[in-house]
Amino acid sequence: MDSTTFFANLAAPGFDQLFVTLKALLVSAFPEVIQPLVSIVLSISAIIAVFGLLFAITTVVERKGLGRIQNRPGPNRVGLPWFHVGPLSHLNGFGQWLADGIKTLIKEDIVPRSADKVIHFLAPLSLVVPVLLAFSVLPFGRNMTPIELDAGLLFFFAVGAGTELSVFMAGWSSRNKYSLLGAMRALAQMLSYEIPLILSALTAVMLVGTLSLNDIVVAQEAKPGQWLANWHVFTPWGFAGFILFLIAATAESNRSPFDIPEGESEIIAGYYIEYSGFKFAIFFLGEYFGLFAMSGLAITLFLGGWTAPIAFLSFIPSWMWFFGKLFALIALFIWLRGTLPRVRMDQLMNFAWKFMLPLALINLVNVAVWHYTGGGMVSWVVCTLIIGIPYLLLGRTLFAGQKLGPRTYRYAS
Amino acid sequence: MLGEGIIKGMAVTAKNFVGSYRDPERLTTVEYPEQRIPAKENARQFPFLVFDGDNPMAGLRCVACQICEKECPPQCIYIEKSKDKKPDHTGKPQFYPAIFDIDVSVCMSCQICVEVCPFEAIKMDTEFELSTEDRFGGLLLHREQLAKSVLHHRKIHPTEEAEIEARRVEERRKAEEKAKADAEAKAKAAAKKEAVPVQG
Amino acid sequence: MDAIFAIIAALTVVSAAGAMFLRNLVHCALCLAVTFGGLALLYLKLGAQFVGFAQVLVYVGAVAILILFAILLTRSGQDDGHNLLSNKWWLGAGVAGAVFVTLAMCVQGSFVTGNRIPAAADPSVKAIGTALMSNYVLPLEVIALLLTAALIGAVIIAQKEKETGK
Repeated sequence: MDSTTFFANLAAPGFDQLFVTLKALLVSAFPEVIQPLVSIVLSISAIIAVFGLLFAITTVVERKGLGRIQNRPGPNRVGLPWFHVGPLSHLNGFGQWLADGIKTLIKEDIVPRSADKVIHFLAPLSLVVPVLLAFSVLPFGRNMTPIELDAGLLFFFAVGAGTELSVFMAGWSSRNKYSLLGAMRALAQMLSYEIPLILSALTAVMLVGTLSLNDIVVAQEAKPGQWLANWHVFTPWGFAGFILFLIAATAESNRSPFDIPEGESEIIAGYYIEYSGFKFAIFFLGEYFGLFAMSGLAITLFLGGWTAPIAFLSFIPSWMWFFGKLFALIALFIWLRGTLPRVRMDQLMNFAWKFMLPLALINLVNVAVWHYTGGGMVSWVVCTLIIGIPYLLLGRTLFAGQKLGPRTYRYAS
Repeated sequence: MLGEGIIKGMAVTAKNFVGSYRDPERLTTVEYPEQRIPAKENARQFPFLVFDGDNPMAGLRCVACQICEKECPPQCIYIEKSKDKKPDHTGKPQFYPAIFDIDVSVCMSCQICVEVCPFEAIKMDTEFELSTEDRFGGLLLHREQLAKSVLHHRKIHPTEEAEIEARRVEERRKAEEKAKADAEAKAKAAAKKEAVPVQG
Repeated sequence: MDAIFAIIAALTVVSAAGAMFLRNLVHCALCLAVTFGGLALLYLKLGAQFVGFAQVLVYVGAVAILILFAILLTRSGQDDGHNLLSNKWWLGAGVAGAVFVTLAMCVQGSFVTGNRIPAAADPSVKAIGTALMSNYVLPLEVIALLLTAALIGAVIIAQKEKETGK
């Protein structure tokens, strides 16, 4: 690519295609034979670098954010090394991720003597690898999907299934009954919430008519002449689907209020009790990556991916929009964590099967009604009623009948 | 309606989050060691020896009576009496401690030594940041390290010091009056003795 | 017969052998999951994206977990000390040989070796969806009915157990 095309692409529109042109430039510097390989390696390293850094910053921001919500300052001692320059010496605690990372790297790796060594070793890897695979189909910006697949959404959910196997491997190989118990609970939770997750994602697929994530995002862009984008979240079924998807995603990544499997005060660390040092850090990393992947999918399906909400604002680069929405969703998850108490296991399962599954099914009918009634004012009223009335009814009937009486015990026979 | 409680809860936490930046008093954390909670008046950590005046060794109130050494439960005080005497605040000559050691790592801050001292010579300090790298003798405090001025005691325990000061002033006044009365009586006796041979 | 196919086939066969010969039952189940993954890779190599991903989602994500749950809830997975090969192993070898001969004859007589390759099918998701909803809608509904019956049956069995357990 010669310099004029390079600068033309760079400067228009805005910095939108900055990374695409950078990558093309780098790839063209290598001989023709290994160019596909170089292209793949560049994509992979970019994803790992960006999301690794995002994970590190998220841990610090989460701790400080939770602290502020709880009326305390959060970590504010650790700055960057060799950076003691006057008032910036502490960097307000934003170097905490470095300290934590180094600590987990140099901690002793303890493996229980009776543990299944091979499975114990493979479990953290088999958590991180599927989640990193899931990142490869998310559209990060215009023309910035690492792999363009026809069945992208199916690929995403397929590799998400690999994480469940990892949870089981972790719980089983530790030969610890609490670990196994935590793994069973985590598996039950993940499997139960997988169904509302997929069903609420299907609504967007049904309307757009394709499983390819980039096409779903392009379908949500504002048409020429429209000032508001066609984000799915601006429709009644999309809003309901978004909320359902978010709740299911919170449960899938074992995040408060659904963090029974890893509740620190409950079962200590659930299925990764016996992991220390770097393996624990890998589990932690895998969970946060899962959170990012789910948030990325929610953004793609309902929040319009890399499109701007108002057509006037499309001068801001597309990847900036995507990452801005990702930050907003992460902040929402941190906010939820600071607000809600932990949900008990049976309450969790009831919620998934008796509340979210019926609502997700009704939402599917809802999106069909929306499609066939055109999408105007009438559709708005009808679709809101279709999803709103069952929501209110279920809310009243399901959870109102639980009277709190004296506790009865049932002993194992 | 289902979900109302969650929304209300999120509003409360949002208010907390924003409020913690706008109103610093919301944060109850005391960021040690840059900030410290001032000690209460009755706080006690480890004992120290009180001296009056400017010279620490000359003004030590302790008369080496060794009551505190005997009463201390973990026996962390070690005293050796001096051979000579020096006058105290009422003028009476008293012994003084040649060696007065307290092992602060053993001391349990029970304040019994303070309670039994008849001379108000040993009081409780409020300083606790005594960490040292010397693990064998670093926390064995000698007489010179233990001696602190009465002004320091006045600063950390004002009401107690006011009461003690009032008592000591009274004692001194009584001692002076007694001394004056003794001197007058002696002068009168001397004058009478002188007057008698003149007569006879 | 290129290199990628050789690698995938080797992976599948080795993990299938592992699923047969390993002592620890949980190791066998995990090797089975790897076998399923190998099959999915074969589908992907043939260009059938939908089938490949559905294979991972269904087999690795659900069936393997099911097998593992079954192992967990019924036995501790410890080595029982039995012989790896049963006493009447020649019977099993005979049956396996018969199955192999049947499959080989089918593959021989099919279009793969007979150079009678039919028209290439369009493996896109849209085509599969259209076919499912038009040509194959009856099998789809029957399978859906079967799955619903299985789900309801499972719920009823679990409820009955709870009642008898009381």
